[in-house]
Amino acid sequence: MTSVPDNDAAGATRKGRTGFVLTQGGRKVLWAWSFLALPIVFYCWIRFYPTFSAFWLSFTDWDLLRPANFVGLENYQRLFADPVFWKTFNNTFAYLIIGMPISLVLSFVIAYFLDRVRFGHSFLRALYFIPFLTTAAALAWVWRWFYQPIPIGVINGILSGLHLPAQPFLRSPAQALPSIMVTAIWAGLGFQIIIFIAGLRAIPQTYYEAARIDGLSEWAILRKITLPLLKPTTIFLTVFSSIGFLRIFDQVYNMTTNDPGGPLGSTKPLVLMIYQTAFSSFDMGYAAAQTVVLFIILLAISLLQLYLLRSR
Amino acid sequence: MSDLTTTPPLKFAKLRPRVVITWTVLLIGGLIMVTPLLYMFSTSLKSAGQVFDLRLIPVAPTFDNYVKVLANGDFMRWFVNSTVIASIVTLSNCFFDSLVGYTLAKFRFRGRQLVFIAILSTLMIPTEMLVIPWYLMSSQLGWLDSYWGIMFPGLMTAFGTFLMRQFFAGVPDDFLEAARIDGLNEFEIWWKVAMPLVTPAVAALAIFTFLGNWTAFFWPLIVTTSRELYTLPIGISSFSDAQDTKWEMIMTGAALATIPTLLVFLLLQRFIVRGVMLAGLKG
Repeated sequence: MTSVPDNDAAGATRKGRTGFVLTQGGRKVLWAWSFLALPIVFYCWIRFYPTFSAFWLSFTDWDLLRPANFVGLENYQRLFADPVFWKTFNNTFAYLIIGMPISLVLSFVIAYFLDRVRFGHSFLRALYFIPFLTTAAALAWVWRWFYQPIPIGVINGILSGLHLPAQPFLRSPAQALPSIMVTAIWAGLGFQIIIFIAGLRAIPQTYYEAARIDGLSEWAILRKITLPLLKPTTIFLTVFSSIGFLRIFDQVYNMTTNDPGGPLGSTKPLVLMIYQTAFSSFDMGYAAAQTVVLFIILLAISLLQLYLLRSR
Repeated sequence: MSDLTTTPPLKFAKLRPRVVITWTVLLIGGLIMVTPLLYMFSTSLKSAGQVFDLRLIPVAPTFDNYVKVLANGDFMRWFVNSTVIASIVTLSNCFFDSLVGYTLAKFRFRGRQLVFIAILSTLMIPTEMLVIPWYLMSSQLGWLDSYWGIMFPGLMTAFGTFLMRQFFAGVPDDFLEAARIDGLNEFEIWWKVAMPLVTPAVAALAIFTFLGNWTAFFWPLIVTTSRELYTLPIGISSFSDAQDTKWEMIMTGAALATIPTLLVFLLLQRFIVRGVMLAGLKG
């Protein structure tokens, strides 16, 4: 393919036996491995070993104090019988099933129209993109402030101005999860819009010209050309946003710091349960089993993406 | 303004009603998007007595809150911690991810594909799964509550390596071969010849890594226990939400955490947007 010859360590031995002189290819192989040496140590030590370690811990009763004992599938049995797990499981999928479609549709519609705007394009784009650059911990406070009751909360202030009843938002088990979801969608929207615009621009103009000559309406062009050709971008963003919602933590933790995941556990996602099990209760083996479950869910979604992209 | 001058006036006039409606709706949506930030900045400029006045433009703007927050030793400490940690991690990623990406793109040797797939496979492993073993490792090695403890998991990333490999693959071999004939060693070829050819990619990687570490929350929350070692997000999340919450102070802290990334964005907007597009399409 390229002008670089395919060599391996054998290149070193050709002359190396007698004179310690390496061929050029042999030298390059040595260079390559010396460049990779430290990174290989890093990936083995900081990525692969902990992965196996997490699997192993999920089969033990390790709690930081006593040495870990192998307990087989006990942690998993306990997990599937734990009502808190099923509650957080439902919450996590509520974030996903409501948040992902809303954020995708919103970002597509905004990207579709924003892409056509010439005047002030980069200004408008900046307005939508800026929230993506903010720190969740900082902006969570702004949203908490928005959701406060009268006289502090901005949203309740507006509601009372319109003579509508005040809402409890974060203080109500029914409204807290949607309130946090709004924040999460808001924070991620800018990124999705930018990626959709990139996807829209990658569609060759000739398709549109041909469609216009054929007299297709804008709606027909959108359905028959734009959406089908945008499929790879849409699949990427669906998976990216799904993984984001399944791993939601920063917004939830920061908007409910008095009682993380509250009120009454109504906003608690899986990652927050993992955090509390591991670092408040120090029930490490049980927490490891929860992380394995999260891993399997995320893996299934990633594999689904690969399958969908391949079957195209 | 240049957009306005390059648009032919006739075409503009022809599309007018629809364009104006689209534009106005997009503007309103965009303003709603930045409302939380506007309120944050507005409240940070209000005195304690004005906080409940919900007007967006402060009646008597004051920088007193900024002076108070910055005079607070804790906050400055967190700001410095975040800056140092995000900078070191960014430098490390730019160096190692580029070096590994280059090696995987431009060298042919047995095991190359294996190394590449192994690194890429780590993208599938969620951080949440690794934090418990990392915590165990850190406590055994005395890394808890230290800069190193906060930084070590992110010193190299598969995403950065993959991104850089894609860009180095586009560098012509002739350039590298010419440098080889000039007698540069392989490290010099990478550093002096190949790296300057992919500067935009390195810059994009630097911006992502810095932003990611500046806003990082989950691992720093786990690994730090003493207030002096908090990063900015952890420090801000430790503010208390009691009856006497000083909202104007919290908003000032939040504003100070947001200003650096906002400034970088305003300076490098086109560049960052292109970087996100590239990373999104290639990643």
